[in-house]
Amino acid sequence: MIQNALSDAQAPAKTDVVGFLARFAPLIFLIVLMAAFAIGEPRFLTPLNLFNILRQVSIYGLLAVGMTFVILTAGIDLSIGSLVAFAGLVAAAVSKGGISNRFAVGAGQEAASYAWYLAALAAIGVGLAGGFLQGIAITRLKVPPFVVTLGGMSAFRGAALLFAAGGPISGFEPNFVWMGQGRILGQVPVPVLIFLTFAVLAHFVLRYTRYGRQVYAVGGNPEAARLSGLNVRVVTTSVYVIMGFFAGLGAFVLDARLDSAEAVAGTGYELTVIASVVIGGTSLFGGVGTIFGTVIGTILIGVLLNGLVLMNVSSYIQQIIIGIIIVLAVAFDTFAKSRRRAG
Amino acid sequence: MTEPLLRMTLIGKRFPGVQALDNVGLEVLPGEVHALLGENGAGKSTLLKVLSGAQQPDSGTIEFGGQRVTMTSPHDAQRRGIVTIYQEFTLAPNMTIAENVFIGREPGTGVFVNWRKMAVETRAITTQLGLQLRPMSIVRNLNVAEQQMVEIARALSMKSRLIVMDEPTSALSSNEVAKLFRIIRDLKAQGLSIIFVTHRLEEVMQICDRYTVLRDGRLVGSGSIADTSIDNIIRLMVGRQVNALFARREKTDPGEVVLSVEGLTRRGNAQDRNATVLADVCFKARRGEVLGIAGLVGAGRTEMARAVFGADPFDSGRISIDRRQVHIGSPRDAIRYGIGLVPEDRKQQALFLALAVRVNLTMASHDRISRWGIFMDEEAERAMVEEYRKKLNIRMASPEQLIASLSGGNQQKVTLARWLALRPKVLIVDEPTRGIDIGAKVEVHNLLFEMASSGISVIAISSELPEVLAISDRIVTMREGRVTGEIKGEDASEEILLSMMTLSGKTA
Repeated sequence: MIQNALSDAQAPAKTDVVGFLARFAPLIFLIVLMAAFAIGEPRFLTPLNLFNILRQVSIYGLLAVGMTFVILTAGIDLSIGSLVAFAGLVAAAVSKGGISNRFAVGAGQEAASYAWYLAALAAIGVGLAGGFLQGIAITRLKVPPFVVTLGGMSAFRGAALLFAAGGPISGFEPNFVWMGQGRILGQVPVPVLIFLTFAVLAHFVLRYTRYGRQVYAVGGNPEAARLSGLNVRVVTTSVYVIMGFFAGLGAFVLDARLDSAEAVAGTGYELTVIASVVIGGTSLFGGVGTIFGTVIGTILIGVLLNGLVLMNVSSYIQQIIIGIIIVLAVAFDTFAKSRRRAG
Repeated sequence: MTEPLLRMTLIGKRFPGVQALDNVGLEVLPGEVHALLGENGAGKSTLLKVLSGAQQPDSGTIEFGGQRVTMTSPHDAQRRGIVTIYQEFTLAPNMTIAENVFIGREPGTGVFVNWRKMAVETRAITTQLGLQLRPMSIVRNLNVAEQQMVEIARALSMKSRLIVMDEPTSALSSNEVAKLFRIIRDLKAQGLSIIFVTHRLEEVMQICDRYTVLRDGRLVGSGSIADTSIDNIIRLMVGRQVNALFARREKTDPGEVVLSVEGLTRRGNAQDRNATVLADVCFKARRGEVLGIAGLVGAGRTEMARAVFGADPFDSGRISIDRRQVHIGSPRDAIRYGIGLVPEDRKQQALFLALAVRVNLTMASHDRISRWGIFMDEEAERAMVEEYRKKLNIRMASPEQLIASLSGGNQQKVTLARWLALRPKVLIVDEPTRGIDIGAKVEVHNLLFEMASSGISVIAISSELPEVLAISDRIVTMREGRVTGEIKGEDASEEILLSMMTLSGKTA
């Protein structure tokens, strides 16, 4: 009769070391790393260098914010690098008033060009459409996200190469370029501001809205979410649309920063972005993670790369280090999950 | 008296919190069909796992063919000539019949497989079984009965002396059962022994020579089928005193019909496209009553609940709420019409283990605790959690602690609270007290009574007959996807229910 003699007695909420680490390990690691670099290299801790780091990571950061939504549902998006390239080219073409004006620079061409916000809308539109297509393929055709977005990775890159058949598009109007290169109050780079604004917004959505709650639920246990009356398919599709939005926005900022768009832009971004999210404590198994963690994870990777550059470590070794960190972060995640299951 | 082929003596096996087997014995004679009987949870499966080497007993001895043996693994048991055919087949669906029969023992030299020899030997065995199956057919394309024959062929190819069949007839049509029985008689004539586990007592009378009955992990009777009757066996299976711990609710007058299900039918499951999952299921649930659904494992109770709740599709049938026919295509639809479901597997189907108690409790009620349907109103949410913490006496340190850190009983209360917060008209609870301790069970029972008293129509599915008897105002029994009877709670007893659950189409 007594199938499972679970004690009903109240278990006191004992200090959960693993839970605490899972939450603050990225931040602690970031502080330790910054301290180490500051001691080893005096140039590291100057405001100029710190803002440079933030500016360098702001595009990764925008993408990582979107990727957090995807990974929270236990999904993955490998297509973002390609989507960034494609969306960036479309935005560039819009800004230049057409693809034939690709090399035109300066005032003579302004009659044919469109304002920066139309370029932004174009990039975001392409991103949304790309994300929506992939979301539909995942939820309707029931193809795993890994496969769908691997296909997207190839297809969007192909679209970008086709679109840019004649080479890069460069030389945008000054307001557009300011979005990537300008500074506010003489200090804060505009991309950093865009990144942090959207990070705060995304944090608010995940933490305080009904939709955010549904994202965690669908990621944590899709069957239980369905049986609780949530529309699992719509929620799952939506995170890829959100990812697409951030890919478009990131493409726009990247165009602006480089004052140029090309078909090979964004290559390999998916790895760095997924690494940022996972290092920030978001579980690849879904249902666990925060935007705060992702921001810390993004900065952590930026600091690591910046510090290594300042210390003249070769970029090949940097890649090796990033690879090892990803594996360690996922190993820790697996360990934390097995503890949750046992609970 | 011939020497038994198998003699298991004083077998004991303990799992955390439960004595699964308590000095159980089992003797099987050469060339006999032996029925192993008992209710759900009586210890049959554990005993068979010990016999097949899948689990090691804490105490006791096993003698096979006159020799004391220790089964270290299923492979070891097979090597000695004991083969178990489980309910869920262990065939590789994308391989041929011949490959399945000889899996792991393919004839041939070195790393090469002698396909011709394998096919010829497979053909010899299937012919011996009176089957017309081509050895090179892919198993996936066979029906359940044929797949079962492949399992039997595999057992024969291993030169088995004892074949254990766990519920072999549960997925078969009556024609197929007759065919299986013919094969069993053939095997018997060849001197093989068979342990036959089933819930269908008519079949026991038809095919078995002797029986052993387990109850609550103990041996309660064994003997020759010729000297007993179905009634006698049911008495042995039930046997215990009605459990005084579960107090019955005072009798109440049932209200009007809230939920009416007519002709609910579904064919086909993951294993077999033609399996009967639900066949013409009809019942009514009334306001303010607890309707118990009794049936053995596999009777279609959970499938019925999931179909009514929109969690699984069904082929035909009508569902009406308040006498109005409704279309339920998803759990969202069901919730809109006021139906809730507490699923049987808490961890897999109900809980978000990585999330807080608060979030788990309010998951189905976001409409009630959000502003403009967009922003969570955390104040209202905390008030809701506090309300149900008090009402259901949920013991937790804080609403913010992870649900995984609560005991099973408190987790179940949170799941119940999730549905109560929706104020449903109909609440289906599937195995509401599985895996929780006895004190929490009584609490959950009282909660079900309170829900019914507040006007909810509670439909309770349980595999524990004392529980069904204690909580139900009315009981519907099911077997093999069909409703086999209906009885008032006060008129029912374990004996009556068991015969309604095991015999076909009899209404008490």
